[in-house]
Amino acid sequence: MIKVENLYKSFGDLDVLKGISTSFERGQTNLIIGQSGSGKTVFLKCMLGLFTPEKGDICYGDMKYKALNASQKRGLRKQIGMVFQGGALFDSMTVEENVMFPLRMFAQASRSEMLDRVNEVLQRVNLVNANHKFPSEISGGMQKRVSIARAVVNRPKFLFCDEPNSGLDPKTATVIDNLIQEITHEFNITTVINTHDMNSVFEIGEKIVYLEHGKLAWEGNKDIIYKTDNEAVTKFVYSSDLFRKVRVAQQKGY
Amino acid sequence: MNYIAIIGRYFLMIRDVFKRFTKASVLRRLIVQEIHDLTVRSLGIVIFISFFIGAVITIQTALNLSNPLIPKSLIAFAGRQSIILEFSPTFISIIMAGKVGSYITSSIGTMRVTEQIDALEIMGINSLNYLVFPKIIGMMFYPFVIAISMFVGIIGAYSAAVFGGFVDANLFLSGLQEDFITFHLVYAFIKTFIFAFILATVPSFHGYYMKGGSLEVGQASTTSFVWTSVIIIVSNYIITQLLLS
Repeated sequence: MIKVENLYKSFGDLDVLKGISTSFERGQTNLIIGQSGSGKTVFLKCMLGLFTPEKGDICYGDMKYKALNASQKRGLRKQIGMVFQGGALFDSMTVEENVMFPLRMFAQASRSEMLDRVNEVLQRVNLVNANHKFPSEISGGMQKRVSIARAVVNRPKFLFCDEPNSGLDPKTATVIDNLIQEITHEFNITTVINTHDMNSVFEIGEKIVYLEHGKLAWEGNKDIIYKTDNEAVTKFVYSSDLFRKVRVAQQKGY
Repeated sequence: MNYIAIIGRYFLMIRDVFKRFTKASVLRRLIVQEIHDLTVRSLGIVIFISFFIGAVITIQTALNLSNPLIPKSLIAFAGRQSIILEFSPTFISIIMAGKVGSYITSSIGTMRVTEQIDALEIMGINSLNYLVFPKIIGMMFYPFVIAISMFVGIIGAYSAAVFGGFVDANLFLSGLQEDFITFHLVYAFIKTFIFAFILATVPSFHGYYMKGGSLEVGQASTTSFVWTSVIIIVSNYIITQLLLS
């Protein structure tokens, strides 16, 4: 579980996060949504320890981030997996080497043991026969799978995903969403996903946090988001013509 | 004020490079890779340039020595001094600022743009140690490149002088050994080591701290070349003043 307490972050005169408090449960997919510039990425980067908040704290399980020393923070980072928007795969390494990278860095295991683990996770993300290909030789969807495999190969307790669907076609995006949700349930990890893909919201939003101008404007889940009377959320969710039409159809009882 | 902040950040980066070392087995592989990428792959261009510049230095010296009172052996002497003291260590280093420096800045800059550096940090890896330390060690083999450059430069000088008919072989070889001061070689290699460190760290600094997208990677590479060259030239002056004057 991740608990965020009264988080503030600013850059110069610009206040980006203005006192966010929320919690993300273990074993479920937690989504952060909001318009561009609402502070989603900064919020995620604060949780990843890439930005230091001015005020507030983040608890990872029973560990308060601010109370940790440098070595404990490094230890915590080893429990974190991250799926970047662009994949962030190492260009000079093959798929197999990319996934093996966290193991080579931290695991005390033989090469054959590491290779077994790599093949296990690659199979789990349905990526076979791509071990010796370079990131530039595989599709965007496959790169996302490799990125997910690399994020979970070390059996992390926390998984963060920054817009995992961006640049993917709707079908592949749904596959990636479902894969992340399955892995979250299977490995019982706390997953936090930063997205503005409304399909993801309705598909895997077991908890949804809506940010507006750096503040938490609404929280709930996929079952109640379309019923909410929060104007900001409604405007955001139904900004898509397709979803507007679905809503109208639902209201008419179709 | 901004320049002072940049210089300060550069030294803080150097400090962080030597903190929290990456796993030795991983670092070993990276160092071998960097030795190959930064020094071995530079040999071709260094040999090519050194041979022809050595030849041109000799031809120009020979053509300007019209006074019959000046011995012809001076052609070899002047060529040797130019190559060992300045051409190989300094001129080749400026060329390397373009070749190796741009490569370092663009490769690290691309990693920054594509969030690969963030990925390293999130995994709990000291990205500066992982990326920059192997480059510094790789560039410590750079003096071998300069030694080869000196050798090839003198071969070029010999070829131009002897085959161009400016001086006969024996006279050239005697001139080559005339008034040889061993410390000049020591001086050349001391500054080569310093230039190697500059060539590894200044372009890394520009790549690591760049902001923006692919266009900015190109701009960072250009800026890196300019600053690496400027720092090499200024350091060259200071080292020469300290060691030779």
